[in-house]
Amino acid sequence: MADKQNNPSDGNTPIIQLIDVHKRFGTHVVLDGVNLSIPEGQTLVIIGASGVGKSVLIKHIVGLLQPDSGQVYYRGQRVDGLSEKKFSKLRRNFGYLFQLSALFDSMTAGQNVAFPVEQASKKSRAEIDRLVATKLRLVGLDGVQHKMPTELSGGQKKRVALARAIALDPEVILYDEPTTGLDPVRADVINELILRLKNNLRVTSIVVTHDLSTVFKVADRVAMLMGGNFIFDGTPTELRESTEPRVQRFISGRASEEDLLELDGAA
Amino acid sequence: MLATIGATTINTLDALGAFSRFSWKTVAHMPAASMRRKDWKLLMPQFYLIGVRSVPVMVITGVFVGLVLAAQAVDQLRAAGLESRMGVLVNLSLVKELGPVLAGVMLAGRVGGALTAELGTMRVTEQLDALRVMGTDPVRYLVVPRVVACIVLAPLLTMYCNLMGSIGGWFVAVIVNHIPSEPYTYYTAEAIEKWDVYSGLAKSVVFGGLIGLISCFKGFTCRAGAEGVGRACTSAFVTSFIVILITDYFMLRLMQDMYNTIWGFKPLL
Repeated sequence: MADKQNNPSDGNTPIIQLIDVHKRFGTHVVLDGVNLSIPEGQTLVIIGASGVGKSVLIKHIVGLLQPDSGQVYYRGQRVDGLSEKKFSKLRRNFGYLFQLSALFDSMTAGQNVAFPVEQASKKSRAEIDRLVATKLRLVGLDGVQHKMPTELSGGQKKRVALARAIALDPEVILYDEPTTGLDPVRADVINELILRLKNNLRVTSIVVTHDLSTVFKVADRVAMLMGGNFIFDGTPTELRESTEPRVQRFISGRASEEDLLELDGAA
Repeated sequence: MLATIGATTINTLDALGAFSRFSWKTVAHMPAASMRRKDWKLLMPQFYLIGVRSVPVMVITGVFVGLVLAAQAVDQLRAAGLESRMGVLVNLSLVKELGPVLAGVMLAGRVGGALTAELGTMRVTEQLDALRVMGTDPVRYLVVPRVVACIVLAPLLTMYCNLMGSIGGWFVAVIVNHIPSEPYTYYTAEAIEKWDVYSGLAKSVVFGGLIGLISCFKGFTCRAGAEGVGRACTSAFVTSFIVILITDYFMLRLMQDMYNTIWGFKPLL
């Protein structure tokens, strides 16, 4: 499955490319022929209503989910259908910030950040400790190494998870709802961090969110997912000026007639 | 009706297939894991959680099974004039059947539920996905050490259970009912062979492996939410319990046939 010959866009190869990706769970179609091409260094924000399939989409990029049909490429190499063993090496090029942070509860914050380094390299304890301190400093949290995840606030957990996601200096960082559950100030700290990591580490970022403050703060490009496919793909300015009614409803936070009818039906 | 039967059959076969793949993946990781020093470190916490912390439960189970067995048998054997043979009945039942089965059931309840809850919570909070994204196979990192610890420790815990059961039986016979200790121990030693002890321990190795695999599988496949984790824990215990009983019967037949083929039938009375 994984071969460079199959890549249709040799020449100016995007770092990530999805071609005609379909995914359904039972009878529920989540992705219906999604096409997406992301150039290196770009920050793409994928927006859409809750449950529309944004997280499902980025999970295809790191092989946590496999498409029913379609192709996924990383640096011109086809990766859908790769064995778990081959994919596990490739995944070290990705950092992934999970919606629930997904810190290991049995480990301290420092051990969480050290984990990917210990698994992927043979660095000494002292080197790992230095690296952990550097990464935690990058997210503004040096000094919490010995705290357990339960002792951290929601925002701190996200930042420790982010420090863990960048521990191996990935080329691509995937953010799954990075500001969900945080107050506006903490959410802005996370947005600022996304920007800093982009500028300092020059990574490619894909952010899945329905938080418009994130969109207008960090995005180079915005794509809106609805009904299994993208209904908008452009810059944040183009998003603001879009005349597409579904896009307008989303950014102004207005429910459609259909949504309100559902509410009436429920009552 | 037919549709329900068909759907249930397909679901059951589907789950069996998934469990077989999961078990095979776990077993396939074991040789490589045994060569990696990093992986050895993962075993120690599991030995502590599964082994050391289960000892009190095994001691209590063993003692009371021994006490009950002896208390049930003493009057009947005394009436038949066979009270000096009571140790044969108590200890043979313990080492061949009750020790391994009850130790297995207690292990499934105490450890199996905890393993399922731990891995199930990790699944619903995306920690398993986090492991995969960081290039670590969750089966190698989480399942292999837990299953190996269950396989190694189940026979050791069974030995504890057997030992404490023997002491309990001896206490009821000799201290409570004043049966002479010497014939009690003499006939016991005469009747029980190494084969009986080893066959019981062999069963416990199989039970340990099955409990570990079933509990981890249920955790890895549990549904989202607290209800999903709770259901997975219940299902892990019930499935382990049933599988222990079924496996016990077939292993008993296998062991009996092997014994009779090698040494021939041996009457105890």
